[in-house]
Amino acid sequence: MSETDYDQIVQLLCDRLADLSKTSKESISPETNLITQLSIDSIKLLGLIMEIEDAFDISIPINALTDIQTVHELAELIHKIKSAS
Amino acid sequence: MNLLEKLDAAAAARKSLLPDGVGAFGIPIEEVYSATEARIGDRRVLLLGTNNYLGLTFAPECIQAAHEALDKEGTGTTGSRMANGSYFGHRALEREFADFYQCSGGIVFTTGYQANLGTISGLVGPGDTVLIDGDSHASIYDGCILSGADIVRFRHNDVADMEKRLRRLGERVETTLIIAEGIYSMLGDQAPLAEIVELKNKYRCILLLDEAHSLGVLGETGQGLVEQTGLLKAVDFITGTFSKSLCSIGGFCVSNHPQLEQLRYVSHPYIFTASPSPATIASTRAALELLRKGSHLRTQLWKNCTQLYAQLKETGYQLGPDPGPVIAAILDTPQQALLMWRSLLEHNIYVNLILPPAAPEGKSLVRCSVNAAHTSEQIKYVGDTFAKLYNLVRS
Repeated sequence: MSETDYDQIVQLLCDRLADLSKTSKESISPETNLITQLSIDSIKLLGLIMEIEDAFDISIPINALTDIQTVHELAELIHKIKSAS
Repeated sequence: MNLLEKLDAAAAARKSLLPDGVGAFGIPIEEVYSATEARIGDRRVLLLGTNNYLGLTFAPECIQAAHEALDKEGTGTTGSRMANGSYFGHRALEREFADFYQCSGGIVFTTGYQANLGTISGLVGPGDTVLIDGDSHASIYDGCILSGADIVRFRHNDVADMEKRLRRLGERVETTLIIAEGIYSMLGDQAPLAEIVELKNKYRCILLLDEAHSLGVLGETGQGLVEQTGLLKAVDFITGTFSKSLCSIGGFCVSNHPQLEQLRYVSHPYIFTASPSPATIASTRAALELLRKGSHLRTQLWKNCTQLYAQLKETGYQLGPDPGPVIAAILDTPQQALLMWRSLLEHNIYVNLILPPAAPEGKSLVRCSVNAAHTSEQIKYVGDTFAKLYNLVRS
């Protein structure tokens, strides 16, 4: 998977997170914190993970989410799983 | 934010929901009069929020058995199953559960929560995968976390979604444990067991079914969903609890796999806790006997469930898809649910209030649990009161 793929993942995440947190897409960057800045709770995050799994045809174990705080960290995890699949 | 400030933040969030301090959670029950009535504050209330499905909490056979065990063996075992805590009764109950489910082996745990924790964490570990329903009980989630296995969720009761996830696992399906529940505790709906078994066989996985809410409720002899669907032999491990239809506390796992016995040596929730008290075991054994012979209790229970489900549906409440002993009215907001819960209590009816994140998909629930000891008049009073209060929550 290339840098472009990573960028596409970030783009997709920003779109969906904007919807979920009811904020503008422009205000979300890779450094944005999912919990403290976007107030994404566990229910919203698990729903988002299922959507991403379907979009990229991958499985993301929920225990892998424990250390995820930012958009970049989530994108990197998805990128890593997608690359290995 | 330090550790204590985090708890303060949680307390503030709770207080914002319950401003006048009347606690919907952990409400004090001052006196219990019967399987259907108790006192909360100065109110004599109808109990519609217990898991006493067969209404056996005051069964004379169970009380007598508990008294005798208390007199003969004392108040507690003071030790784990691994050490001095395996009395005759514990071993007998394990044989009785194995016999009930026509299995070669059974293990008794100290709580139902620990039965799932101990079984799951004993069966899978790091590098393995657990595939669980998104609406699984917390004991299943916690067992999976304790195990260190990768946790993958499928959408609630969605077998197509489940298969998609099995396919994505590739060769890892070989070390995958699928977990489902006979009756789900939030909306009272049942797992599509036949389809799940089909996928389990196709992908050659191991299947664990938690019959916590379905034991005593489904099937001719009360085995649960496995009996109702005729799929007893297709499920690898069955877990369940004593704290619902069996009216005590404890849990079990049964299986035809001889490897079940190894759980006793690898499962921390089995090893590192005291075993159930002799009185608990004795009343559970008596209750299991009543449950097996209790088709009349199941008939009465289902009559009550059907009556209440039909009345709430007719009133206009949004309910779970299947009638059953767990009947949850699904409301739009936590505030509506809290208002309904309080109003029911003012009408002397105790039900369970379930708010996000405990309820699935951010819903708020007012959940009734029906039992075999409720009279038709009591059920009608509950249905009539829900109808009277419908305007409070009509969108």
